[in-house]
Amino acid sequence: MLLNIKNLHVSVAGKEILKGLNLGVNEGEIHAIMGPNGTGKSTLAAAITGREGYEITEGEIWYKGKNIVGMSPEDRANEGIFLSFQYPVEIPGVSIQNFMRTAVNSKREYLGLPALSTIEFMKMMKEKQAMVEITEKLQNRFVNVGYSGGEKKKNEIFQMAMLEPSLAILDETDSGLDIDALRIVANGVNQLHNKDNSFVVITHYQRLLDYIVPDFVHVMYDGRIVKSGGKHLAIELEEKGYEWIKDMNL
Amino acid sequence: MESNPKENIIEEVTSKDYEFGFVTDIETDFVPKGLNEDIIRLISKKKEEPEWLLEFRLKAFRHWLTLKQPNWGHLDLPEIDYQDIIYYAAPRKRQEKQSLDEVDPELLATFDKLGISLDEQKKLSGVAVDAVMDSTSVKTTFQETLSKHGVIFMSFSEAVKQHPDLVRKYLGKVVPYTDNFFAALNSAVFSDGSFCYIPKGVHCPLELSTYFRINAANTGQFERTLIVADEGAYVSYMEGCTAPMRDENQLHAAIVEIIAETDAEVKYSTVQNWYPGDKEGKGGVYNLVTKRGLCRGDRSKISWTQVETGSAITWKYPGCVLMGDNSIGEFYSVAVTNNYQQADTGTKMIHLGKNTRSTIISKGISAGHSQNSYRGLVRVAPKAINSRNYSQCDSLLMGDQCGAHTWPYVQCGNESSILEHEATTSKISEDQLFYCQQRGIPTEKAIGLIVNGYAKDVLNRLPMEFAVEAQKLLSITLEGSVG
Repeated sequence: MLLNIKNLHVSVAGKEILKGLNLGVNEGEIHAIMGPNGTGKSTLAAAITGREGYEITEGEIWYKGKNIVGMSPEDRANEGIFLSFQYPVEIPGVSIQNFMRTAVNSKREYLGLPALSTIEFMKMMKEKQAMVEITEKLQNRFVNVGYSGGEKKKNEIFQMAMLEPSLAILDETDSGLDIDALRIVANGVNQLHNKDNSFVVITHYQRLLDYIVPDFVHVMYDGRIVKSGGKHLAIELEEKGYEWIKDMNL
Repeated sequence: MESNPKENIIEEVTSKDYEFGFVTDIETDFVPKGLNEDIIRLISKKKEEPEWLLEFRLKAFRHWLTLKQPNWGHLDLPEIDYQDIIYYAAPRKRQEKQSLDEVDPELLATFDKLGISLDEQKKLSGVAVDAVMDSTSVKTTFQETLSKHGVIFMSFSEAVKQHPDLVRKYLGKVVPYTDNFFAALNSAVFSDGSFCYIPKGVHCPLELSTYFRINAANTGQFERTLIVADEGAYVSYMEGCTAPMRDENQLHAAIVEIIAETDAEVKYSTVQNWYPGDKEGKGGVYNLVTKRGLCRGDRSKISWTQVETGSAITWKYPGCVLMGDNSIGEFYSVAVTNNYQQADTGTKMIHLGKNTRSTIISKGISAGHSQNSYRGLVRVAPKAINSRNYSQCDSLLMGDQCGAHTWPYVQCGNESSILEHEATTSKISEDQLFYCQQRGIPTEKAIGLIVNGYAKDVLNRLPMEFAVEAQKLLSITLEGSVG
């Protein structure tokens, strides 16, 4: 199993958000996590990626056979965990090219590989940005500064393509996207998906799942996964609304 | 209370050691400690100076005696015991240093260690260096190439001997000894520095560079740089500085004067990395410097670019007096303070001519317990009609123990001029940091990346050779200070 989360409890500023969550993801699988606002979906992403301030009070996160609780966020990233941010952060003055080169070479250093030469790197950039239909102009722009909502999300998927993660978490990647951008983003994800890597797609709506077809759908409520099923669950959820889950839970 | 891991990161990384803190064991020629007219006469005599220069020094000294150390800066500058300082120290010469073979190998090794090769064969082309150790110029490279173009680039002492008329004509014309306390002190005791003259219409074929190094203990460094670009001339000039780690504070009170005649342009870049003191604020260089350029001719241009990472205390305001019509003054600055460093730095733009323009971009970065202040003056004289100034002062804070302050003074004497001022204060956000970390970039590297991005507008102004050094320096000084 690539990712195995056992009885995970996470507190933020002393308040418990995740209350005993279990989730197993095998290589090659796509899992969708759905649920109403404030049920802990983004907290789950933060806990897996090791964000500071998200205190794991109980439970374990096993990834590639290691319990990664306590591992630094950069080490987790270099071990192949990638998060596509719901709100990608602006870094003024840092070109996406410089940013990605630093990231790619940090990973290579972590893995004991030599840094990429400028030529190798530029070639790689060109290939990967074609995947998400990014025009070359973007590469000299500063990280997320002045990007449209769609450009930001495309840029996230581009970075994912560059870093070739084993486990990619997409946090509300569909929010703020028009239908064309959504198609491009999903297309990028589908191209990257293979039998060895896995995706955890956090989303509020079923819409994205028309494009990225999940193997499993999990519904979160109040810090736990309360219902799991196949692709049809997302559709059922869309029809019945989240009230259905709440009622079920009470 | 839960412990704050961010604090630890700040501490860890901002406590990085100073790289250039070694001392070179070299035979040094000193004058006795203390300051009086006899000492000044002795310095002048050691340097075999003409009478007029001795007179200049003595006048400056007598004026200095009437002045008090200024205390208006946002600095905790202690009373300095000016009698407890050695005012002249020079690596002892082995005869005349005409060729490199005759320079003390220890000295060459010192500059090699600093990455400044004085061996012309080994040097990357394009930069001529004047190396100044303690009070004396050690070696100036590429003299021949330069003289082919009529460019004079040599140590100040050499220039006094070889080009006394030129030196006399320009010395103290931009920064008179009456200018301020430290300028008066420098004028009285200055030991060496660089002199540079670019003749009419000459585009200086090399970047010129002076590298300052304080080595001897208890010694003040008082150098003087004078750059003259005659009509239509162009020169790009770089200045670098380091010092050994010492427990006591060292005084550095320099003067830089620049004159740009009609259509001339001077670009002056500094990467200042004097020893900043240790983590507790012990030791470090007091950098009390007066730098000013005079755009004397029409359409002349003087541009200051500085990256300030060193010194325990920095007090400097490189400015431009825009006298010629349509002349241009620029100031681009990145000032970094960490631990207990204090910086009060900025610029003065004095608009006297018509249609004069000035640009000020100041980027302050404070970390640790440091205090970082921008102080600037933009004055537009009544006759300086249609003048323009644009000022942008940004402060970046790391941690919650440091301070950033901005004091922009603006005086506009006519109605046709336009002055703009923008200021921002920001922090490196946790979000930015986590974003980098999530991409596999370790904290230290992430800080370097973010800070260099923040300072990009200024770093881009530096000549290539310097930009790389400055970027590294910024990362080293600040990696990991998160706020």
